[in-house]
Amino acid sequence: MTAHRLARTFTFALALLLAATPALAAWDIPQLMTELARNQGGRALFTEKKYIALLDKPVVSSGEMRYVAPDYLEKRTLKPRAETMILDRDQISLERGKQKFTLRLREQPEVLAFVASIRGTLSGDRAALEQNYALFLSGNRDNWTLNLSPSNPRIAELVTRITIGGSRQQVRSVEYLQADGDRAVMSIEPDDAR
Amino acid sequence: MMRLPARPVLLWLIGLALCAGIALRANYTADMSAFLPRSPTPAQQLLVDQLTEGVLSRLLLVGIEGASPEARADLSRQLAKRLDEGGLFLSVRNGDAATLARDRELLFTHRYLLSPAVSPGRFTTEGLHDAVEASIDLLASPAGMVLKGLLSHDPTGEMMELIGSLDTSGSPASQHGVWASRDGRRAILMLQTRASGSDTDAQAAAITRIRDDFAALARQAGHPEARLLVSGAAVFAVNSRSAIESEAVRLTTLSTAAVISLLLLVYRSFTAVLLGLLPVASGALAGIAAVALGFGGVHGLTIGFGTTLIGEAVDYTIYYFVQSDGKDEGSWMERFWPTIRLGVLTSIFGFASLLFSGFPGLAQLGLYSIAGLITAATVTRFVLPHLRPAGFRIRDIAPVGIALSRFWNQLSRGRLVIPVLAIAAVVVLVTHRDHLWSASLSGLSPVSAADQALDQSLRADLGAPDLRYLVVLKAADREAALRAAEAVGQRLDTLVRDGALGGFETPARFLPSVATQTARQQSLPERSELARRLDAALADLPLRPGKLSAFLDDVEAARRQPLLTPEALKHTTLALAVDSLLLERPQGWTVLLPLRAPAGDTPLDPLRIQAALAGSDALFVDIFGESNRLYQTYLDEAILLSLAGILAIVVLMAVALRRPARLLRVMIPVVTAELIVMAGLALGGQALTLLHLVGMLLIVAVGTNYALFFDRADSNPGDDPRTLASLLLANLATVIGFGALAFSPVPVLKAIGITVGPGAVLTLMLSAMLVRRSPR
Repeated sequence: MTAHRLARTFTFALALLLAATPALAAWDIPQLMTELARNQGGRALFTEKKYIALLDKPVVSSGEMRYVAPDYLEKRTLKPRAETMILDRDQISLERGKQKFTLRLREQPEVLAFVASIRGTLSGDRAALEQNYALFLSGNRDNWTLNLSPSNPRIAELVTRITIGGSRQQVRSVEYLQADGDRAVMSIEPDDAR
Repeated sequence: MMRLPARPVLLWLIGLALCAGIALRANYTADMSAFLPRSPTPAQQLLVDQLTEGVLSRLLLVGIEGASPEARADLSRQLAKRLDEGGLFLSVRNGDAATLARDRELLFTHRYLLSPAVSPGRFTTEGLHDAVEASIDLLASPAGMVLKGLLSHDPTGEMMELIGSLDTSGSPASQHGVWASRDGRRAILMLQTRASGSDTDAQAAAITRIRDDFAALARQAGHPEARLLVSGAAVFAVNSRSAIESEAVRLTTLSTAAVISLLLLVYRSFTAVLLGLLPVASGALAGIAAVALGFGGVHGLTIGFGTTLIGEAVDYTIYYFVQSDGKDEGSWMERFWPTIRLGVLTSIFGFASLLFSGFPGLAQLGLYSIAGLITAATVTRFVLPHLRPAGFRIRDIAPVGIALSRFWNQLSRGRLVIPVLAIAAVVVLVTHRDHLWSASLSGLSPVSAADQALDQSLRADLGAPDLRYLVVLKAADREAALRAAEAVGQRLDTLVRDGALGGFETPARFLPSVATQTARQQSLPERSELARRLDAALADLPLRPGKLSAFLDDVEAARRQPLLTPEALKHTTLALAVDSLLLERPQGWTVLLPLRAPAGDTPLDPLRIQAALAGSDALFVDIFGESNRLYQTYLDEAILLSLAGILAIVVLMAVALRRPARLLRVMIPVVTAELIVMAGLALGGQALTLLHLVGMLLIVAVGTNYALFFDRADSNPGDDPRTLASLLLANLATVIGFGALAFSPVPVLKAIGITVGPGAVLTLMLSAMLVRRSPR
């Protein structure tokens, strides 16, 4: 029952996650895509703030993430509670305490569309991205911003805009504006030392 | 002046009238009952109950294939609507948004009665603080996004508690808003018929309704390529009934026509054919009457099996007509009757062992055949001579016999082939010994393998729980049953926490006992008190109490809301979860708690479960093990019965034939035929079931009839062309009778047919090889 809704909100966060993966930045869209396609993956630390109307202050979470091209992505939240989310090929799983949810993307065409779009960003597949989003690139090479505006109404029901900010090859932030006005901002610090 | 019929004829006519009377009033069935055990263990009784009456027996799974995913989803919605309005179904579910919304609504409005976390401690200042803090933490997670919209009503996260306890991995997949298979190629619906599982007529009507409605909708919508799949216990029952019914008619018609043609061809006399069929018809009638009296009803399967009786009983008249032709009748009686009598007796001994089978279908076949054979032989011996018109003659078939005897003599030169064949067969059997026997009960089931495969695939699509391991509870009433389920649930929870158990289903999840619901309700504080505690609890949290007035309203409403009843669950998916696990039986209530093995490769440890249940009345059942045990019981029984039957036949012949050499000459062809038939089945990839074993017994029972003729002390058929021809004719008739069964799709009949048909021919050939050469 609620698994469906859960799945959608799930991908929501996933979009954030995927978009936030360290990647080589490029100037115009084709160039950006070409650079992204070369990305073989890496590690990063993240801090995420969720601004929710009902709460006086944002909910803050932090942890680390790892991407292995082309389709493995892991987000390990350490605070405030341990949680692991893994996207592996066509399966997303979320483990939190004793609870574990697993979802096959194939079963949820909307979710699949959503994930495919984000994967498009990661792998630099512009055609796949433009199936569900309109893309706007602004700024300059040292400080660029890529806006994803949902053209798929199912996605638009959940999210109004995804804004990915970066400098050169590095994604620095992902902002996620939800349809209800709440927003989530994730800032990313590459952790190449490890 | 009219001559009164002779006394035997009179008795025969009276007997016929009686049997006809009984047969006409008998109760005919073609349901699954013949395939279910007669004296089951409690665990087997549970299986049988579920199969015949339980919710599972009313469950129909429907798949829609072909067309586009959108078209399938559309058809699923329209079909659900139409079936729901049709009134033949208690529930129609396809996972559409409206049903999901109803489920959600019900869970949400009853969250304080349903959530296992609700206790007095939950609503103290500390309890509230911890629960709200956990909810806020959860907002950081994607899983918490569900909670966000609910936070002002449900800051303690009771809805998340409920969802967390749902087994989401098992729920069906969804595509375009309705349930779909995991591979996305089918839309899936789940129906529950109003009619009980044992009402096969009503189930058949319900299934027809689904097919008709779907056909109409697919046509209207312009999707002729869309296909409908229906499965479930009711489909099995309806299909096997119609298979058995049509089989009974088809097999009987087929073999009767074949036998009549054969007889006409040989006798060239309608009178002879008619007379020849009289004992057969009498036997069939007597058989049905005997079964009706002995079992209180006649199964369609038994009628279908009647075809073998035609094949065997007609032998007696063949012997009578052919062998006595042109001779003094008295001398036939003297010369041949003892042999025939011994043959009848061996057959009866063989069939008698079926009488003791725990498989009601087989027991009926046994009784039917015994009554039929005795009647047919008696009518041939005592009635037929009186009915035979003066000057009655059939075409002399001695020339056939003479031609045959040359062939026979050739055959007997090849007798050394027998040990070679026997050894070859043994070698085949030894090399195939590992997969000689079918390992499961499914070999007995009248349900075709294709139907079973479809059912499994639809079940897997729905993520229906694997019902292998169950904990079963009994109680006097519903409340006691639910309380017992809750008590056992607590024990099982410990196992889940320890990782010994993956999880379990319980009806108390969506329908807690009245006691539990009341306790949860009473742990909710009164509004002003709750507000006071909430203020204190939220002091250091980023959530202002002023934003939670909806929470205070909801808790206050929950304190006064009526408790959740089974009626309230109606029209939700949750009702099925409760109804299928909480069963009202004539002798009380039964609760089923299906268990899920721990994640990963850890198998479920039955001993650990049993230890955890020690001291409660709960029974741990391994359905898979239980049905295998059931099959093993059947198999052991069949082996025992077959051996006993064969032993009885051997003893009977030893007594009648007196000399061991003669016994050996009769048994060698039969045993060799058995070995060859088994080897042939093994080579053909046919896994042997206990029915083949029964077939083996019948080869002995039937085959010895032919072997006995070759052993007659005073002459051998090689010298007497008529006897030889009669044997061949009789053998052909038997092969037609049993052979017809080999083409039946009903496994019980088919297994017996493919065993006994070839076995009978082989026995005759091998007996002929062993014939003593008469001194010339």
